[in-house]
Amino acid sequence: MPSTIVTLKLNGTERELIARPSTTLLSALRDTFGLTGAKRGCAQGGCGSCTVLLDGRPAVSCLIPVVTVDGCAVETVEGLADGDRLDDVQQAFVDHFATQCGFCTPGMIMSATALLNREPAPTRQDVTEAICGNVCRCTGYEPIVTAVLSAAESRRDGAAEGRHDSAAERRHDGAGERHRDAAAPLSGKAAG
Amino acid sequence: MGRLTPIDTTYFKDERAGDFTVIGSAVQRSDARGHVTGRTLFFEDLTPPGLTHVKIHRSTRHHARIDRVDVSGALEVPGVLRVITHEDVPNNWYVVLRLIGVGPDDEPVLAEDRVLYRGEPIVAVVAETEEAAREGAARVVVDYTDLPAVLDVEAALADGAPIIKQAGTNHFVYEGHPCRRIRFGDVERGFAEADRIIEGRYSSSPIEHAPVEPTGCIVVPQGDGRLRIHSNTQAAFFTLDNTALILGVPPTSLRVVGGTVGGGFGGKVDVIVEPLACLAAMLTGRPAKYVYSRAEEMQVSSTRAAEHIHIKDGVMDDGRIVARQVTLYVDAGAYSRHSPYGTTKAAAHMPGPYTIPNVHVDCYCVYTNRTPSSAMRGFGVTIGDFALESHMDHVARELGMDPLRLRLKNAYRDGDMKAHRKIASGTALVEVIQSAADLVGHDLPPEYRAMSSAERPEG
Amino acid sequence: MAIRQGRGYAAVNYPTGMNLGGDPSQALVHATTMGGFVVTLSSVDLGQGLRTVVAQCAAETLGVPLENVIVDTADTDTGPHCMGTFASRGTHRVGNAVIMAAREAREVLLRVAADELEVDAEDLETDGTGFVRLKGAPEKKIHVSEVALAAHFRQGRTISGRGIFLKEPSTPVPETGEMDPDSCQAHACTVAEVEVDDETGVIEVLRLYNTYEVGRALNPAIATQQVEGGAWMGLSHALFESTEPYYPHSREHGPLDFAAYLMPGPADLPEQTSVFLERPAGNGPFGAKGIGEMTANAPIPAIANAVFDAVGVRLTSMPFTPEKVLRGLDELRAGRAG
Ligand code: FES
Ligand code: FES
Repeated sequence: MPSTIVTLKLNGTERELIARPSTTLLSALRDTFGLTGAKRGCAQGGCGSCTVLLDGRPAVSCLIPVVTVDGCAVETVEGLADGDRLDDVQQAFVDHFATQCGFCTPGMIMSATALLNREPAPTRQDVTEAICGNVCRCTGYEPIVTAVLSAAESRRDGAAEGRHDSAAERRHDGAGERHRDAAAPLSGKAAG
Repeated sequence: MGRLTPIDTTYFKDERAGDFTVIGSAVQRSDARGHVTGRTLFFEDLTPPGLTHVKIHRSTRHHARIDRVDVSGALEVPGVLRVITHEDVPNNWYVVLRLIGVGPDDEPVLAEDRVLYRGEPIVAVVAETEEAAREGAARVVVDYTDLPAVLDVEAALADGAPIIKQAGTNHFVYEGHPCRRIRFGDVERGFAEADRIIEGRYSSSPIEHAPVEPTGCIVVPQGDGRLRIHSNTQAAFFTLDNTALILGVPPTSLRVVGGTVGGGFGGKVDVIVEPLACLAAMLTGRPAKYVYSRAEEMQVSSTRAAEHIHIKDGVMDDGRIVARQVTLYVDAGAYSRHSPYGTTKAAAHMPGPYTIPNVHVDCYCVYTNRTPSSAMRGFGVTIGDFALESHMDHVARELGMDPLRLRLKNAYRDGDMKAHRKIASGTALVEVIQSAADLVGHDLPPEYRAMSSAERPEG
Repeated sequence: MAIRQGRGYAAVNYPTGMNLGGDPSQALVHATTMGGFVVTLSSVDLGQGLRTVVAQCAAETLGVPLENVIVDTADTDTGPHCMGTFASRGTHRVGNAVIMAAREAREVLLRVAADELEVDAEDLETDGTGFVRLKGAPEKKIHVSEVALAAHFRQGRTISGRGIFLKEPSTPVPETGEMDPDSCQAHACTVAEVEVDDETGVIEVLRLYNTYEVGRALNPAIATQQVEGGAWMGLSHALFESTEPYYPHSREHGPLDFAAYLMPGPADLPEQTSVFLERPAGNGPFGAKGIGEMTANAPIPAIANAVFDAVGVRLTSMPFTPEKVLRGLDELRAGRAG
């Protein structure tokens, strides 16, 4: 089967690559674009360390042939911080000592980000459901759950103070039609 | 702010002196920022140009003679650059512990005329892409004659069991003994004096380290002819020295760069991936990556050993344990790796944190036709603790005694002689028990409250 | 058929380090031109936080701010030897080596500062904020960056230090097993509270109470990570984990992925309450003992004992699957009937 040209909206910027039918989104990110934040823990869809946002929804990039997501918006952990300023989820993971070896961290953060974009005021159960596809062998999960709940709080505080400068929000505004849908709850909450 | 476990400073007050500025404070982890931004570089985040990939053809048998290995199918796969067999490995036999004088070399890097476990590496295939390497490895054909397999530790030691090891025994030999032994006091006299004998048998099955980052390395040939090994090894020099010995090259021709590991738990102390990746790089003149697939990590990489543990206690009606005999079998699987050392560690740990005057311990490091086991968090101790502390509960139930009081009564304290003849110091078993009792409101009578690790009252 | 509750106890000790053939680690410390201090090692951080903790050891010993300390590890071309990260040895061995190297570097730092200030080196101290000052007259001081520049460009001295910690070889006596394998012992006691469904055999761990004696918690937040993550692993070992579910009878059905290799997820966590006790080890860095491994151990028997307390079944083989609980219950019933 021939290679094809695939276009991705990668962390807000349009990027192209030539992909074979077997090239996964994970390998496109890591090997072609040098975005190595998404990790390969299993290449089986079982660990979540390769989680990215695909049109705003969390997806295990190791299982997705990149040719099938032509034209989609892809967000990776590298796109979250605003320069040197960490976004709320990243900061909460730092503050709450939610990383040990750090290998699961980018995937965890993307799953958490997807949740908070969809549900600004998650319950503990929402959080455990959102990260249940992400394996962590080091932390025992509790600090991660705490970090995500605390990130939700700081995001809400930020929104209440009219702070609209989070990198994630800016990207949502610029994203395509489907993406805007996914981001709708966040915008609604931020406006309220 | 992360949750902090409180320090109960009412214990060991006088010993806790010391005025510190940064020690004892919850400063942020220096690596956290890298972790949350994805900037922390793990070995696999390196993508040197021209990278080749190594995949392995593995044994499908528990124990078999290899009659024929046909690699021609592998070489026909487009993208396959090279196959590597045992003939390409300069010093094919090794044991990682030889660096501290443990022998014999009992494991081949690649199997020669026999395989001792299902999953044992036989041929390595080097290719332009991971897919080609995998396809090449799948196309290797091996003809076997099955040999009788030993899959149980106690069966392996029974009379008439097929001997699977070249050294001639299915167990490691400790200076002429079939096991690592501890002899302290007179256990038979202890049993004779005891009011009761209480026995128990405990066991476990193998456990995987399951780090989220698989074990692996990338080797990059350098301009000066040296090899730079980017590895997630838990022990940089251990890996370097063992790899140099296997390759028959001066250690100065290798450089290990690592230190950032996506979870280890003991699974990344074996030197498995580096020698073959180095060979691949040497034979192709190109960078080479060998990383376990998740399935290999689960079934082929070393496990925490399964153990069988028998405990026989001589106990007085007042709860004093006067004799303890422990027989422990470590399932090392097919090869030694770190198991002879872990078995000694298990022996030194017995009879647990208790002062028992008569102790008799036999710890066997047993070979079977299984995936080799090796170090894992709590090496030599975790399963032993399961057995010891389950047994303490069993003893308490048999005596109708409070399980914490039983432990306190027998707890080791400063100045006690341990069974391996080391004087105990800095002990704190009494205090952790007292503190944990408080956490759950478990009542302890005043004489148990008053106990202290630092002193043992007269009598 | 009912849900039954039980409570179980376990207490353990754990050796720091373990050696047969000698167990060393080395460290080098040197100052850069502007007063950064580089700690050079070949030690490996598996996620347990070694980099951070050895930086704390260096900063404390040098008496300079933590921000001035850089940890460079693990490159075998530049870092001196380390045995490796295992046997709960990292913080203990490497911490001690770093303290020794930092002490030596600090001595040179003070001598260089003494020449700059024209006082005796014995009368100087580092103040932890970046200055070297005269004891008793703290206004007489000089910043470490000035000292470092002076060492490089005026005095021609290297502000550096070498450190090693060696646990000497101990060969067991073959007949008796007499040996000196470790440096100190950490301790833990776990109380587990469980619920057992006597119809399905499923064990749920509700609460884990833990007291850990750690020598000294060099960084209480990182020590907390170790104990919480470790207790989770103990729970996971106890209830779920096996690469051979039918060990020793059959090698079949071994898991090949995370879907089949069971571990508790974020929704399966017991409530954990933990307390540290500190009985500093005389040979530990600032009294610290190794705790990374011990934390997984006590929960396993504590859970087994809690199950016995709940339903009277003595679980003697790990992991504690529902099948084993049900078989145990069947035996109990058969025994009663008989
Ligand atoms: S690498 Fe994609 S789920 Fe594990
Ligand atoms: S921090 Fe190591 S896997 Fe999560």
